[in-house]
Amino acid sequence: MSKVRVLVGTRKGAFILTSDGKRQDWEVSGPHFAGWELYHLKGSPADPNRIYASQCSGWFGQVIQRSNDGGNTWEAPGGDIKPGPEAMQGASNKFVYDVSPETGKPLTTHQFYDGKPHPWEFKRVWHLEPSLTDPDTVYAGIEDAALFRSTDGGTSWHELAGLRGHGTGPHWQPGAGGMCLHTVILDPSDPQRIYIAISAAGAFRTDDGGATWKPINKGLYSQYIPEPTAEVGHCVHHVAMNPSRPGVLFMQKHWDVMRSDDAGDSWHEISGNLPTDFGFVIDVHSHEPETIYVVPIKSDGEHYPPDGKLRVYRSRSGGNEWEALTNGLPQNNCYVNVLRDAMAVDSLDSCGVYFGTTGGQVYASSDAGDNWAPIVRDLPAVLSVEVQTLP
Amino acid sequence: MIRVELPQHLRTLAKISGEVKLDVVGPATLRSVLDALEAQYPVLQGTIRDHVTQQRRPFLRFFACEEDLSHESPDALLPEAVASGKEPLLVIGAIAGG
Repeated sequence: MSKVRVLVGTRKGAFILTSDGKRQDWEVSGPHFAGWELYHLKGSPADPNRIYASQCSGWFGQVIQRSNDGGNTWEAPGGDIKPGPEAMQGASNKFVYDVSPETGKPLTTHQFYDGKPHPWEFKRVWHLEPSLTDPDTVYAGIEDAALFRSTDGGTSWHELAGLRGHGTGPHWQPGAGGMCLHTVILDPSDPQRIYIAISAAGAFRTDDGGATWKPINKGLYSQYIPEPTAEVGHCVHHVAMNPSRPGVLFMQKHWDVMRSDDAGDSWHEISGNLPTDFGFVIDVHSHEPETIYVVPIKSDGEHYPPDGKLRVYRSRSGGNEWEALTNGLPQNNCYVNVLRDAMAVDSLDSCGVYFGTTGGQVYASSDAGDNWAPIVRDLPAVLSVEVQTLP
Repeated sequence: MIRVELPQHLRTLAKISGEVKLDVVGPATLRSVLDALEAQYPVLQGTIRDHVTQQRRPFLRFFACEEDLSHESPDALLPEAVASGKEPLLVIGAIAGG
């Protein structure tokens, strides 16, 4: 019987939740890396036992962790002493911006909150995206925004400098949460195509494996920037794709839910009847590519659900027409947030949907959102949720 | 032999129990001690000093012999009591709420 493994990153450690295909009874493992912030964990599609984790701390900085046994044991790749000339490894947390003339442009600054140039400074890894085909290849989206890749299982990292080398780089600005590259989507139909998104620069796409990039923000309208339809500057919160239709993208922006049917070349709004078009997460049903999920959040100051009711909204028509999913979710006095990487779907026959809250709950639905139940209620604030469907 | 006490999170990360004991080549300075520490425990690279700038991470401090050595030159000689192993070099994390 199939199993699911839910990887949960929180403010104070990681938790791994496992169940059989019924998804009714759960085992909880953790905290792993107790006391550290776990921004993201994700398993390799090519080897589900290979899991990468971004472990960070205000005191001690960034550590990359790797498991080869489904999260039972972990290692910091390169952290062990190796004899001979390869001694002194320890580069798995070494994210150094590439400013070499050969592979990137000598970018030295982006725009800061005060509008002045500010040096790029590595702060943390927000998102880890393992390759679809090679367990040792993994991408890292970091703050200050840049994309890195490791081809040796996370031991060493190299920037895909063409992204920051795009001519708009010096004009990117941080949002209140920092200038983070938080979304990395690999196109299963074209290994050269990658989508990424940055708060607050927007979405970008490469069609040549990361050498060159183009902004894909046409159709976005952001009233909080001087030129609302500018090429860059949009605060994209998250982007989702169903692998069966890699040219169709769904976006939750800082206000507005958007859709693209041409690989991001143009976008149109699908917020429709949502109670608010602000939110962080967005995801797509694993078998119904026109069924999408969001969690509307009140903004700008509040960042909790409208009316104290935690509601997932589902559209079965690719947007615009939304229904509230409330069965099993708190419908009064609920003031949690659901952060941008904290929703995921499994690929079982009846699609499972999962999300985590800043209140420490992880909710699961084994029937595509009709009914919900908490797997756990009292974790530290949840930063990310990913799901692995296992044989 | 030089003794170093690390914060609990770094001991866990490097799988260290208790104090670290290091043989340091040449004069005992913050730089030479941290170089020796990172050579013995490569996973600690980047967690005490920035990978690129080699600057102390802002929320860490270096104490020894009831003195704060955090703002000393990394090449200044450590107190004799640290160099001789009589007193440990303490790597301290800032106190924090939450």
